[in-house]
Amino acid sequence: MTTLILRTAAVYLMPLLLLFSVFILLRGHYLPGGGFVGGLIASIALVVYGYANGINQIKMFLRFHPGALIPTGVTLSLLSGTLPLFYSRPFMTGLWLEGTYPIIGQVGTALIFDIGVYFVVVGTALTIIFSIAEDNERD
Amino acid sequence: MNDNLILLPVILQLALALMLLFFWSKTKWQRIGSMVGNTLFLMVAVYLFVKIYKNGVLFTQAGDWEAPFGITFVADLFSATMLVITALSGLAVSIFASGSMSRRRSLFVFFPIYHFLLMGISGSFLAGDLFNLYVWFELIIIASFGLITLGGGRRQLEGALKYVTLNLLASILFLTGIAFLYGLTGTLNMADLARKIPLIQNEGLLTITALMFFIGLGIKTAVFPLYFWLPASYHTPMSAVSAIFGGLLTKVGVYALFRVFSLFFLPDSFTATVITAVAALTLIMGAMGALIQKDTRKLFSWLIVCHIGFMIAGLGIYTTAAIAGAVFYLFHDILVKTNLFMISGLIHKISGTFKLKKLGGLYSQYPKITLLIAIPLFSLVGIPPLSGFWPKLLLIQGGMEIQGYLIIAAIILGSFVTLATIGKFWLEVVWKEQPAFTYKKHFIPFSQLPYIQKFSYVFPIGLLASVSLFLGFGAEIIIDIVNQIAFDLMNPDAYIELILPKE
Repeated sequence: MTTLILRTAAVYLMPLLLLFSVFILLRGHYLPGGGFVGGLIASIALVVYGYANGINQIKMFLRFHPGALIPTGVTLSLLSGTLPLFYSRPFMTGLWLEGTYPIIGQVGTALIFDIGVYFVVVGTALTIIFSIAEDNERD
Repeated sequence: MNDNLILLPVILQLALALMLLFFWSKTKWQRIGSMVGNTLFLMVAVYLFVKIYKNGVLFTQAGDWEAPFGITFVADLFSATMLVITALSGLAVSIFASGSMSRRRSLFVFFPIYHFLLMGISGSFLAGDLFNLYVWFELIIIASFGLITLGGGRRQLEGALKYVTLNLLASILFLTGIAFLYGLTGTLNMADLARKIPLIQNEGLLTITALMFFIGLGIKTAVFPLYFWLPASYHTPMSAVSAIFGGLLTKVGVYALFRVFSLFFLPDSFTATVITAVAALTLIMGAMGALIQKDTRKLFSWLIVCHIGFMIAGLGIYTTAAIAGAVFYLFHDILVKTNLFMISGLIHKISGTFKLKKLGGLYSQYPKITLLIAIPLFSLVGIPPLSGFWPKLLLIQGGMEIQGYLIIAAIILGSFVTLATIGKFWLEVVWKEQPAFTYKKHFIPFSQLPYIQKFSYVFPIGLLASVSLFLGFGAEIIIDIVNQIAFDLMNPDAYIELILPKE
């Protein structure tokens, strides 16, 4: 399946899809999107690249095992949930910085939570796909 | 009273699990982290308990969304005491697992999953919203599926498959019940349900929904005739895992049954009869099953089933005394059952087998350990003044109040058969000479272990045994607490008013 067309396309598709996934992640609070969808798109980007050039290329690109993203992501989400406790508000209350920023929009704990979800989804999807692909290579 | 800190047990366990995930391959740090973390957990639980004992029910609205729209978390005396007992068992199992787990097995992430499990259990004690309770139950199932398959032997996978299939079926029934309830009332907040359910006209559908909850939670609790998954799966994982499963998992179901059936499905005469009959049959069938077992862990698994009957009987009788007895039994049972499975692990380490026939001679080899394990075993039977005696007394007293002589007969029969099985266990394991027996290859028996590892086998058993002793000898204090809990369960108005103040 590793045709020239796919390999050439993958080189341009990966950065585009990654950018798009970040875009989806950032607009997620009030518009369709969010950490989960963004994470899926990001993993699609990496999988397409891996499909064209071999899984090892992706591993070299990432430099670490994607499984490590899972606890990192959950930790981020947990921190975003615990932060309001220090302002004596209930767990998971959304706290927002005042004012809006270009591109990002409003910044708050919900965004940190979403980024955590993003990491968890990328980590889980890639871990599953890597272990299936490695099983195939062994056969 | 509003208190944001009641979610601390859940947050602490999640943070612990995550921290241990980062120490993926450093088993020494995992062990230390788990023990220190669970000590902290115990301290938090005791802190919450003291605060609630002094000030009454605490609650928080997650995300600052008002009930009934947001998710409410409530800690009353019942949940706080459950948290303390859970923390005690959790700490004991942490220590036990640190010593008993071989490196290869703990590499398969026992400790992180274990803390996820404890997170799920503490969450379900704090849930004030029915759907949230369901989510905690799912978390518990996923984590326990991870634990039961650790090591991945063939028998283990077989046990795990039965366990997961039936528990998923239970979840589907539970979820369907929740859907019915939402259709009937338009809310899932427990306090709100308690207000709206008495107004429902369609009483037939309400009874069906109540029974659906009873079946769904009943499978998880292992009541007659839905208990077969339990003896088929609990003897397969390693002892530390069996200990936490045997001690806590079915009891979370019991806790949920008590919440649901005291707060909004107030048992009418039909449901009460069904529950009482199921309790009596659970007692009898579990006891019969236990009588014929030839393997220590299978014997204890059947005893779990049998003793679930005591707690469900309290719910069926439904007087303040009976509920108090059942709640007392719940606390006692968690401690003793956790201890029993650790004891079977210790006996396995000493003699190299779980088979009653091949065991023996414990008293001549380790007289002190024998005396130690006598405490939980005799508490289980309910020899006065140990901890099993008082709840049964309260239960029988409650049964007398409603003239339920059949259920009293079942309770007494269950107690006697427990006595008979423990007597048999004692005879086979402690007094009999051990028949000639050779250890398996690479098996390191207890006598050759380093001192610290021996300590980690015996100390948790001693810890839980001493708490059991306290429950027995300090029964006056405990009865005071369970009476308060039973009163709160029977009169939930204060709880409802606190969460949802009337305009």
